[in-house]
Amino acid sequence: MKEILSGNEAIARGAYEAGVKVACAYPGTPSTEILENTVRYREIDSSWATNEKVALEVGIGASFVGARALVTMKHVGVNVAADPLFTLSYTGVNGGLVLVCADDPELHSSQNEQDSRNYAKFAKVPMLEPGDSQECLEFTKLAYEISEKYDTPVLLRTTTRISHSKSVVNLGERTDLVREAKIEKNAAKFVMLPGNARVRHVVVEDRTVQLSKDGCSMPINRVEMRDAKVGVITAGIAYQHVREALPEASVLKLGMVHPLPFDLIREFAAKVEKLYVVEELDPFIEEQVKAIGIPVIGKEIISICGELTPGRVRKAFGLPENAQATVGKLPGRPPNMCPGCPHRGVFYTLNQLKAYVSGDIGCYTLGFMPPLSAMDTCVCMGASIGMATGAVKVLSPEERKKVVAVIGDSTFLHTGINGLMDMVYNKGAATVIILDNRITAMTGRQENPGSGHTLMDDPTNAVDFELLCKAIGVKNVRTINPLDLDECKKVISEEMERPETSVIITDKPCVLIKREGIFKAGAPLQVVDESCTGCRACLKIGCPAIEWVPASGKKGKAHIDPLLCNGCDVCSQLCKFSAIQEAK
Amino acid sequence: MSDKVTNIVLVGVGGQGILLAAEILSETFMLAGFDVKKSEIHGMSQRGGSVVSHVRYGKEVFSPMVPEGEGDILFGFELMESYRYLSLLKPGGTVVVNDLCIAPPSVLVGQEAYPADMALKIQELCPDCLLVDGQNLAIEAGNARAANTVLLGAVSKRLDIEEKYWIEAIEKMVPKKALEVNLKAFQMGRGLK
Repeated sequence: MKEILSGNEAIARGAYEAGVKVACAYPGTPSTEILENTVRYREIDSSWATNEKVALEVGIGASFVGARALVTMKHVGVNVAADPLFTLSYTGVNGGLVLVCADDPELHSSQNEQDSRNYAKFAKVPMLEPGDSQECLEFTKLAYEISEKYDTPVLLRTTTRISHSKSVVNLGERTDLVREAKIEKNAAKFVMLPGNARVRHVVVEDRTVQLSKDGCSMPINRVEMRDAKVGVITAGIAYQHVREALPEASVLKLGMVHPLPFDLIREFAAKVEKLYVVEELDPFIEEQVKAIGIPVIGKEIISICGELTPGRVRKAFGLPENAQATVGKLPGRPPNMCPGCPHRGVFYTLNQLKAYVSGDIGCYTLGFMPPLSAMDTCVCMGASIGMATGAVKVLSPEERKKVVAVIGDSTFLHTGINGLMDMVYNKGAATVIILDNRITAMTGRQENPGSGHTLMDDPTNAVDFELLCKAIGVKNVRTINPLDLDECKKVISEEMERPETSVIITDKPCVLIKREGIFKAGAPLQVVDESCTGCRACLKIGCPAIEWVPASGKKGKAHIDPLLCNGCDVCSQLCKFSAIQEAK
Repeated sequence: MSDKVTNIVLVGVGGQGILLAAEILSETFMLAGFDVKKSEIHGMSQRGGSVVSHVRYGKEVFSPMVPEGEGDILFGFELMESYRYLSLLKPGGTVVVNDLCIAPPSVLVGQEAYPADMALKIQELCPDCLLVDGQNLAIEAGNARAANTVLLGAVSKRLDIEEKYWIEAIEKMVPKKALEVNLKAFQMGRGLK
């Protein structure tokens, strides 16, 4: 049967067909939809973990007792999961284990553009890289065979343009594995104390040599001979751009990018006049080809930064660019918090209080954008709290008061708890605001341990943030309504003054929450034309439902789009002239 | 079947239903027996950002991205976004654009003005431009939210694909209760000259 699937959907399908029993992940663009699709197959236990490290550990646990497991994350998630990954390389697996890491060249929605292929080499585990959705499905299935045959976890690397592109896929059937999960004790393999790990390290090195040899005859590493003048070694999405831009070139398409099939590369190099590597991000293949003494052109013509496009490949090879229309400069259209978003009032307040805002990762990172302009740092998941602790250690008593960490519910549970425990333990005198909107919003509203539901839609325990903070030892924990600007200003400024750790929890849900009964929109508001003086106070919150109409009245007036307004009432609290009222 | 790949670029503002329209296009091309690829960036789409989706079909499609300057059709849901991405269109390419302006954040807060005469500027650069009053035609079809389907109808008329495949794809992708209105909206778009 044929279907059009995204790379992520095809990976989920591949996992299903491979007989995977457990799938675990922390959401992260562009990887999120893999688990949102494995959950459609009831044969797979799919779950959101609190973070990527835990997700991988769940996968390892299932693998060690014999089941096939899938673990997925975005590229920066692998940093969090790196600790178990490197030692998992030594233990190997029992049931096959595949870790999907989704890279984001061009930083479409990430904080860096790290190249995860380096993890394969660093952790000494094989990595497959599919070039379209059909390969996503096939490579996922193959990855389980390799995992079990070579006793190793396998990394499957995608990029945004693989994960989020759709193409036609031929579906197969699910393999029903005979083997049942059961306890099999094998301490020499699974207990990585020095004596055992020394032995396993030798196994790992031999495995890599063997995989490099066997890779030369794997069909996923294939030579396509066309014109012998130009030979290109490439993989993943870059292969598609090469075929588009250089249809005559001979190509060595690598399906396994680590370890490299060196003999096959030598063979291909000998057949072509001039050899190139076309790869996104780091010179990962290029440097290894050069290291075996083969001259090759790569990053001299292709940027290390950003993603490739057919046009960028054409340009790199000196081909004429297509004629293109040139358009003038236009206003940008960045994403914005939704109308009625509970974060807006908090960031407006932090701006007013001139706080130094130690930021974190989620929708609320948009609090950086004008006119809210109330975020001063953003590094990685959970960093806001630790960084606030570091800042207050060295700032003057007066400046120390300005330090406020902001972190969402899911990010707090991901890696913020540790930071908060450290802040209390080491007596950091900063204010932490947990923006609890009951969902992992930025990645498309996934459930989390604070939301009360699992990925498979079962009701479950919901973390009580207030109790949790108190248990950690925070003495000052206050819950506020973030849509009440007076309350925000009063509570946040009081806690900023306090010379010890305090936590403020906001209690309004995301406006996009799908589950019924959690978010309730208020009645839409409207601007009463006769009362509006054109003072622009309501524009300071940057709500997409409020538009400035320059031609209205003498100096312009505000207008509220009733179709967009969620009736949160924040703008009306800014209007000194009572010009914003419930629409009639 | 010729080797030619046909390239369509869909552009607009997050929340306008661009991704669904791109899905219907892709489904139609697959049903008609073509190889299809589609690429887009999500993640930020629900938050009012600029959205671009690439759909390509033919005998064999390699890159999922429309090469710069090779777009056959620019399918625009909003005027300024359509103008912004004209560089993806080939010289002499076709534009089908919704006659709609959505103010970006800087315009909403009165920092800058929405650029004037967008439709005119698009037409200057691309004479083969159809301006569609999607909103009003959709209301006429029975639901303002079917504007995308009116536009889809107009785009379908410019592609050499049998009508039955369009209908089959719409029937598959659109929820049952909205189907009748959408099929009507599609025909209204298809009837536009």
